[in-house]
Amino acid sequence: MTRRIRSKALACVGMLAAVALGACARHPQSVFRPAGPVARMELGLMATSLWIMIGVFVVVAGALLYVIARFRERKGQEGIPPQVEGSHILEVLWTGIPIILVALLTVLTVRTTFALAKPPASSQHPLQITVVGHQWWWEFKYPQYGIVTADTMHIPVNRKIELSLQSADVLHSFWIPALGGKEDTVPGQTNLLWLEATRTGTFPGQCAEFCGTSHSLMRMYAVSQSPTAFSTWVHGMQHPNSAPKTKLAKQGMQIFATNCALCHSIGGTPFTKGTLGPNLTGLGNRRVIVGGALQNNTQDIIYWVHDAQHIMPDTIMPNFSTLLTPSQLQAVAAYLEGLKRG
Amino acid sequence: MAAISERMPRVRSEAGNPALANIWSWMTTVDHKRIGILYLFSAMLFFLLGGTEAFLMRLQLMRPDNTLISQTLFNQLFTMHGVTMIFLAVMPLSIGFINYMVPLMIGARDVAFPRLNALSFWLFLARGLMLNSSWLLGQAPNAGWYNYAPINTGGVFNPGIGIDFYVLGLQIAGIGTLLGGVNFLVTILNMRAPGMSLMRAPMFVWTALITSILIVFAFPPFTINLVLLMMDRLYHTGFFSATRGGNVLLWQQLFWIFGHPEVYILILPAFGIISEVIPTFSRKVLFGYSSMVFATVVIAFLAFMVWSHHMFTVGFGAVVNSVFAATSMAIAVPTGVKIFNWIATMWGGRLRFTTAMLYAVGFLFTFVIGGISGVMLAVPPADYQYNDSYFLVAHIHYVLVGGALFALFAAAYYWVPKITGRLLSEKIGKWNFWLVMIGFNAAFFPMHFLGLYGMPRRVATYPPGLGLASLNLLSTVGVFVLTIGVLLFLYNLQYSRRHGAPAGSDPWDARTLEWSIPSPPPDYNFTKVPLVRGRDPLWVEKRIGDGTVPAAEMEEAHHGDGHHPQGAIHMPSPSALPLVITGGLLLAAYSALYKSDLTAILGILVAFYGVFRWMYDGDPGFHVVPKEGAR
Repeated sequence: MTRRIRSKALACVGMLAAVALGACARHPQSVFRPAGPVARMELGLMATSLWIMIGVFVVVAGALLYVIARFRERKGQEGIPPQVEGSHILEVLWTGIPIILVALLTVLTVRTTFALAKPPASSQHPLQITVVGHQWWWEFKYPQYGIVTADTMHIPVNRKIELSLQSADVLHSFWIPALGGKEDTVPGQTNLLWLEATRTGTFPGQCAEFCGTSHSLMRMYAVSQSPTAFSTWVHGMQHPNSAPKTKLAKQGMQIFATNCALCHSIGGTPFTKGTLGPNLTGLGNRRVIVGGALQNNTQDIIYWVHDAQHIMPDTIMPNFSTLLTPSQLQAVAAYLEGLKRG
Repeated sequence: MAAISERMPRVRSEAGNPALANIWSWMTTVDHKRIGILYLFSAMLFFLLGGTEAFLMRLQLMRPDNTLISQTLFNQLFTMHGVTMIFLAVMPLSIGFINYMVPLMIGARDVAFPRLNALSFWLFLARGLMLNSSWLLGQAPNAGWYNYAPINTGGVFNPGIGIDFYVLGLQIAGIGTLLGGVNFLVTILNMRAPGMSLMRAPMFVWTALITSILIVFAFPPFTINLVLLMMDRLYHTGFFSATRGGNVLLWQQLFWIFGHPEVYILILPAFGIISEVIPTFSRKVLFGYSSMVFATVVIAFLAFMVWSHHMFTVGFGAVVNSVFAATSMAIAVPTGVKIFNWIATMWGGRLRFTTAMLYAVGFLFTFVIGGISGVMLAVPPADYQYNDSYFLVAHIHYVLVGGALFALFAAAYYWVPKITGRLLSEKIGKWNFWLVMIGFNAAFFPMHFLGLYGMPRRVATYPPGLGLASLNLLSTVGVFVLTIGVLLFLYNLQYSRRHGAPAGSDPWDARTLEWSIPSPPPDYNFTKVPLVRGRDPLWVEKRIGDGTVPAAEMEEAHHGDGHHPQGAIHMPSPSALPLVITGGLLLAAYSALYKSDLTAILGILVAFYGVFRWMYDGDPGFHVVPKEGAR
């Protein structure tokens, strides 16, 4: 309880300082507004260590300011001050007290470190999600439900989430500050991370480990939903409505089959082989595309397909500017926008 | 040495052209003071390059979704900024002061291996030029200064030759740095003047000694890492490839086994500088000298025990993270001892706030903040949030700028008068200090909050919706102020070269041996080898003697063979061999880069030729007779 108060106090201090520094905007990616127990525990420890350290700073800076004011050379001072080589008492004191503080902090640290590394009991039925970092997008697989999606991770509120972090290419680091601290995706190994959201909402995050040219654009969202909303989402993804409805969209599907299906899969269609690019099931219902760099509308979809290399330099997605005519691009966009969840 | 001859210095003097002769004399010098100046001068140029890179990055980050600088260029900028500031600016600036001052402070006429010292410098310069030539040859390194695998191995993940410059340039330099470490280790252990026991050595000498030991132990793992990476890049081995039996994290392990001691290689000389400046301008002996020595040794020891705290998020688990958290936090204890000892040194003193002292006191404030965020980062669960965010960027700059660089500024105001014979302007100095202090804090303090608001490091841009804009703008404004401050320092150097007040031998009423000889010192440093009668030898003589350091009763007997006048001082000859070896290695490195086997072999042959000439070249040296009455 006190820890929670402390973390709130810390958040207030942070906000005040930020306001004082002229920052009044909202900070959706902040660590100060935890949305779950992991982020809350981490913030608590951040606050505890900060308070200890503020204490240290006040002592040191206070002593320093006093010395500067008191022992500044004054006019007419003659001779040299008494030469003091040392003092055993003082030296023992300022070795001993830091040792005690550090030991205290170490105990708290080790306790929380082990607590965070403890897997949830299987009776809690954690939701399993495999997170794969790609240059430069996040893939989310739900093995329990047979769902594969990208950019936005849907989770039910108040349920433990077990993330298996993997990489398809280089190092990335999975970080959604409101849910908890980061964990790297390392090629050749699977890292486990347990998170939980205790309130609903949309929480932004992004890759924190430099991963190549377009590292800055490797962003993502976690959407924490009520259990019913989450079930609806799962059902919609399992039974997507992927059939093209207009003539233009049908034409787009043909173009997709020859140009896009090598890399992209779509649930409920014959396009199931592509794994290099994001799975596009239910794309029409997504809020954003390309990790949030673009909006989910006709114009931005065309822009992306036409000019991906300009938006995200060095991405594996080629520019289709020379391969597809403007009308073909329109058709593809119509097809993609028509991909809805069931 | 087989063939000791009586030849006099063989290096050509360009009799016809004094300017050329002058340049040639600098290129072949083995004088630790001139080499020190070369280090300081080149490192300062690289510092300006690194600063320019930082400035460009801050322009790009000034507002959200900025398109001033492309991501491709931005990645090269932050990589080269880090590499330049760490390997080409801060480290060589420290080494420059160590080079110039340590022999003077221990009462020696030069380092143990003067020619090796020159080789270290030329290899450093070669590294700097090679790394920066990458800007002109297509692509600079672009995977961050710690250059993680597997993105450093190139291929489809990160095509281009940029990282080859990193691999080859730093390998060449590693040789030079290692040789320098050995050189100063031997110099400090063997060449102290009579009476200077180790426990009478100035703290700056102690930190130079411990830094040398760190270099000797820390650089080999880095060299191994670079060799493995070179194999991966040039010959497509798979040391860092998860799919071919290698291990991605191997690079990180070896890098930080080097990289964390490297942090102390950067900061220990700064501790030494502060330990000289504060007593001088407090007019007191250093408080707790023995515990300062002990703290330095403990820090160096712990430096090798903490590397994994850079890797709390790679998935080692709670046991490893807990152990490395404990060792990392433990470093706060000896560091705290140092801070308290410095404050206790000032306590009861008569503080003179010269610019050097201002920087030393400024260092105490900013370094404490850097230390505090350091302890906070050592807490793994908290680090899961801080790691790879701007919080970390703030921390590293509070330690390396607010720590190391502030100390180097203090060293400049303190020691440049000894080097040039003229004082730097105190008036410009005060402006310089306050602009740097204010600009630095405005630039870097907000970064703590940027990190906590979710801004990862090494992003070329950020979206407007995250609320990061105003603090980023403030940070950029801070960098503007900081830049003006740094430019003022350069102006001060230039201005004082002509208009500075003559320094005399001891402008600060200082304490150590370098202040007992003229400014600038003669080639041979000391006319007579000094006798050290206590800690802070000059200060001791001012208190109990006549204020001059007595000469040691030491006949330089082996030279009194009738060939040379009495009192003549034996000096090492200049040599072009360090340049030959450096040139050979540089040729080999560029050849490896462009896959030209023939010239690579040629380069290695040239380097070996230099080494063999050196081995069988008995340098007879030459003799100098000091002017009468010179001290």
